[in-house]
Amino acid sequence: MIAHVQGDNINYLKTRSGIMNWLVTVDHKRIGMMYLASILCFFITGGTFAFLFRLELWSPLKEFLTPDQYNQFFTLHGVIMVFLVVVPGIPAALGNFILPLQIGAKDLAFPKLNLTSLYLYWLGAAIALWSIVAGHADQGWTMYAPYSLSQNPAVLWMMVAAFFLGFSSILTGLNFIVTMHNMRAPGMTWYRMPLFLWAMYATGIMQIFATPVLAITLILLLIENFFGIGIFDPTLGGDPLLMQHFFWFYSHPAVYIIVVPGFGIASEIIAAFSKKDIFGYRFVAYSSVAIAIIGFVVWGHHMFVAGQSELADSIFSFLTFFTAIPSAIKVFNWTATLYKGSIDLKTPMLYALQFLWNFTIGGLTGIILAILSVDIHLHDTYFVVSHFHYVAMGSTMVAFIGGIHYWWPKMTGKMYNETVGKIAAWLVFIGFNATFFVQLIMGSLGSPRRYYHYWDQFQIYHQISTVGLVILAIGLFTALINLIGSFWNGSVAPANPWGAKTLEWQADSPPVLYNFTETPIVTHGPYAFETEKA
Amino acid sequence: MDNSKTFWLPEKASTFVDIVDPAFNLYLYISYFFFFLIIILVTVFTIKYLRRRPDQLATAQITHNLTLELGWTIIPLIVVMGLFFIGMKGYLHMRVAPAGYMQVNVKGQKWAWSFEYPSGAVNDTLVVPVNTPVKLALTSRDVLHSFFIPAFRTKADVIPNRWHALWFQATRTGVFPVECTQYCGTNHSYMLTAVKVVEADAYSEWLATASDPGKGKTPEQFGAILYTKRGCSACHSIDGSKAVGPSWKGLFGRQENCGAGGMVMVDEAYIRESMLSPTAKVVMGYQPVMPVFQGVLSDREVVALISYIKTLK
Repeated sequence: MIAHVQGDNINYLKTRSGIMNWLVTVDHKRIGMMYLASILCFFITGGTFAFLFRLELWSPLKEFLTPDQYNQFFTLHGVIMVFLVVVPGIPAALGNFILPLQIGAKDLAFPKLNLTSLYLYWLGAAIALWSIVAGHADQGWTMYAPYSLSQNPAVLWMMVAAFFLGFSSILTGLNFIVTMHNMRAPGMTWYRMPLFLWAMYATGIMQIFATPVLAITLILLLIENFFGIGIFDPTLGGDPLLMQHFFWFYSHPAVYIIVVPGFGIASEIIAAFSKKDIFGYRFVAYSSVAIAIIGFVVWGHHMFVAGQSELADSIFSFLTFFTAIPSAIKVFNWTATLYKGSIDLKTPMLYALQFLWNFTIGGLTGIILAILSVDIHLHDTYFVVSHFHYVAMGSTMVAFIGGIHYWWPKMTGKMYNETVGKIAAWLVFIGFNATFFVQLIMGSLGSPRRYYHYWDQFQIYHQISTVGLVILAIGLFTALINLIGSFWNGSVAPANPWGAKTLEWQADSPPVLYNFTETPIVTHGPYAFETEKA
Repeated sequence: MDNSKTFWLPEKASTFVDIVDPAFNLYLYISYFFFFLIIILVTVFTIKYLRRRPDQLATAQITHNLTLELGWTIIPLIVVMGLFFIGMKGYLHMRVAPAGYMQVNVKGQKWAWSFEYPSGAVNDTLVVPVNTPVKLALTSRDVLHSFFIPAFRTKADVIPNRWHALWFQATRTGVFPVECTQYCGTNHSYMLTAVKVVEADAYSEWLATASDPGKGKTPEQFGAILYTKRGCSACHSIDGSKAVGPSWKGLFGRQENCGAGGMVMVDEAYIRESMLSPTAKVVMGYQPVMPVFQGVLSDREVVALISYIKTLK
């Protein structure tokens, strides 16, 4: 262990305080906390827009938004939630904080690059929001040409924003992969790595290989815009379907960038709160990598009614079914992990179990969309909206919130109120499912997405959904107030409040500047829990 | 046969119902099975192995079981491969129109549909004979749209500069909603029409009338028909209320400010130009979003519409 200057053995929150020291820090923990704060702010912003347009949908007639405002609000909701919250979310906030701790390292391999990623994220976020608000853009987060092209320069700026956000993502993925290859503590073999890290590794692969397509799309858009060469714009002889291919070639892997980190968190929480080794560790680890790889060759399933050839549709459908297998393996393995465990239904575990419920529905509703004949009917209806919210919100965000609770004592050194935490978790569960389950029914009955006005027969489903969202919002704010309140009234967190076995719990709560006072030596797997003496 | 809607699926009115609904329902049972399997196991384990005292540990550490894990890899694989074949078989049938179909060309534009029959008839709703295969050749005049008939279980995107197609065979008479399912701007959710399925005789009768809609009508009466049939009503009101485009009420003879284009008098020449070349002079306060009707409206139709606008004082 390298000797540090005096003062480095006090916790990372207390060393060199002051806003400037935070803004120029290269400490992965501080960067993780700044990401966390930013992402939660954007989550509240994106959620507010959803809340407003869901209120508008209380009746098929106008409540308080015009059709144009409604269209701008769902665009803002989609762009903020996808590009600023769920895609960067777990890796940037929790990954940054936890990854070096879990492998027993002092920091990431490239601390300054890590800070660069944060600034690129802020820059990209600012440009994205400015372009939509200033441009009154309403092209939806999917930005399909040629409608989106009529929104120029908003769509160009949106791509510039995606370019910066993309680089932030690539650099984070690269940093994580290099760190995992080179900086594991003595004895930390690949198969002793916690499953959260396998998920981060799989995510890193996708971030590095899928995200550059955003930059390519931007360059093509610039060429089209400034030289008048028809690429996507049909009035110039371009092909709007080409833009969909580019968009989904990135955005489909992005869906797995969104959900795979959630798998990692679920594995950590389920192991810790059932005091069990994860059943089939290797299957769970490999299935993350398998999803990352298969995720690159299924983008065409977003285009089954878009005008692709029948052959392409059939191939994409065939490949898509393979993503079901690693997802199913994980769900079965988590379920089996509970068997003969010692299950403690603390707040993080409540989130992990509702993740399991939501992800089962999210996964099953995904498989039906891969059935070509059925997808023709379900495509672009509320069924699809509900499916991806079961994945992005019900699985990823729920796992994220569970992870925040799980690692909160480590990150802040404070314990939140357990009772309030549990109540919030139940409200989130009930609210989320009330909001989105009815949307499955509404969609399969033929209600299209992005509709300001709808048939009267769907009003009851919309109203249930809106009431669900109110419950969900109350749950989320209860959780947030509970967490933030712990800074003032939370008890001091011990180093390992949950009795977990992974390395981060050997560090102090909160950890010292360089994480460990002595480099840990690893002699066993991540979930080496004991059993009851017979 | 009961054609009404079920809990999950809308009313039934085409031969595709026999392809989509059984696949949907089969999958519904499969997913109920797996969902309840997982949820029951999780619930039972959670209750049975709940931690009763703080220091309680697990009763066994089972790291893996290869047979079990291969089982839940291979069984879902077989299930999904079966689903793939069912889906693809149905899909290929749904994509390829059988010989002897009747064709209608469909044009989407913000925010209306028009249906063009080989006889020259043009209409704003789709009228088709029952029990006959109908192929729709779809294209768009502006942005992407999508043509969805829930009761027929079919849908296809409508793309500018390209013909895309779908076909169906209606199994009963009635009126069934058509919705645009590809986001296309302000009035996306109002881009609705209907398929009217009629008996063969009624269809022939309708087609004869529709093929010559101006017959026996004054230009003003013909213009009033074209106002809805040609989709003008999606953006222009006739009661004075402002929509995407200016209302036609009291429009004729007014002076309008076109910004840099100066003041214009709304006369026959200006209205004609605004239909055939809409971006030439756009009145301030409106976006240049109107589709081009050059080559779409005949001279007779342009005259009829102008005559109609003149009557709206």
